[in-house]
Amino acid sequence: MRAALAGDEAAYGRLLRELTPFLRTIARSGLARAGRGTAEAEDIVQEVLIAVHTKRTSWIPTEPLVPWLRAITRHKLIDHLRRRGGTGHVDIDDLSEVIAAPSDEPGIATRDVVKLAEGLPAGQKAVIHAMFVDGKDTKDTASALSMSEGAVRVALHRGLAGLAKMLRGTV
Amino acid sequence: MTNGPMKTDDLVAILARDAAATGPDIHRRLATAFAVAALAAVALMVPTLGIRGDIAAASTGMLFPLKILAVATLAVGAIALVRAASRPEAELPRGVLVVPVLVLLVALGHEVATQVPANLSARMIGRYWGVCLVAIPLLGLIPLAAILAAMREAAPRHAVRAGALAGLAAGAIAATAYGLHCTDDSPLFVVVWYGIAITILTGLGALLGRRLLAW
Repeated sequence: MRAALAGDEAAYGRLLRELTPFLRTIARSGLARAGRGTAEAEDIVQEVLIAVHTKRTSWIPTEPLVPWLRAITRHKLIDHLRRRGGTGHVDIDDLSEVIAAPSDEPGIATRDVVKLAEGLPAGQKAVIHAMFVDGKDTKDTASALSMSEGAVRVALHRGLAGLAKMLRGTV
Repeated sequence: MTNGPMKTDDLVAILARDAAATGPDIHRRLATAFAVAALAAVALMVPTLGIRGDIAAASTGMLFPLKILAVATLAVGAIALVRAASRPEAELPRGVLVVPVLVLLVALGHEVATQVPANLSARMIGRYWGVCLVAIPLLGLIPLAAILAAMREAAPRHAVRAGALAGLAAGAIAATAYGLHCTDDSPLFVVVWYGIAITILTGLGALLGRRLLAW
């Protein structure tokens, strides 16, 4: 995480990938305890990853990382349950079935973030689309959109912050 | 994968590309904000209201030093609370608020012991309570803005509470600056009018916190 805060992309990517199963476990057990289906777990994992990203300077580098991560995950889990609380349609039978037969593709969220990105300003939308849907890297995105790489990074950063806001607003 | 639901691995890949070096951590950002807040409050107070003319004489008494000590320790306590509230995993050090309360109790004891009861209500109302109620909230606006701006990077567990604590810190900083001008030194005056003024900023902070600090 210290390397990540210093801007080391490889270390940061590795950290986030290693964190994901841990976050998934917390999200699933939290949902199960709330009597909810674990199908929503991946949405929570993704919200937590975005929160870890946008709030990463609220971790103090001299403090242990795990309590901070737990607190971020807990906050997003509570937030998620509160927002969806009114539409509780998952009963216990559903739940046991989900636990017995976990999805083959645990990495897929039920929400469509690409559609959500439609609400972003045009420049940010284009960058997110190029990098996310077309899988381009920063350099190719920059040349495809005739932007500097710095401008791509800024647009990506703002676009992610915007997505985080929208995720909070969606039900 | 066009228009399908998002895969977590892809999200991680995108987030990692946004790994540009971050600025200082939240404690450092807040330290800068508190310095700006204190400087702004004093820099605004000195040319407009001015430091009281008899500050040297007042400093040798009991009540003026106790007044400054009470609001200054409240500011220090509120700063500690804001620092903790900005981190999702930190517990609030509630005990810090005991210090200003004790200082006020000592001052109130001194007041009751040295004044005839008939004077107490006049000393509570004081001379310039109107100025106090307007000046402290105004002096606290820049501090509140500076603290809330730093807290946009924070991850508070409760946005409203974090905003209220930012307002409390801004109010206590502004009250300390105003206290250097104000000649109403009775702790009764401080509890009532400083209390109301700081509460106004605390409420404003809570309102703004709900909008600005949720994540």
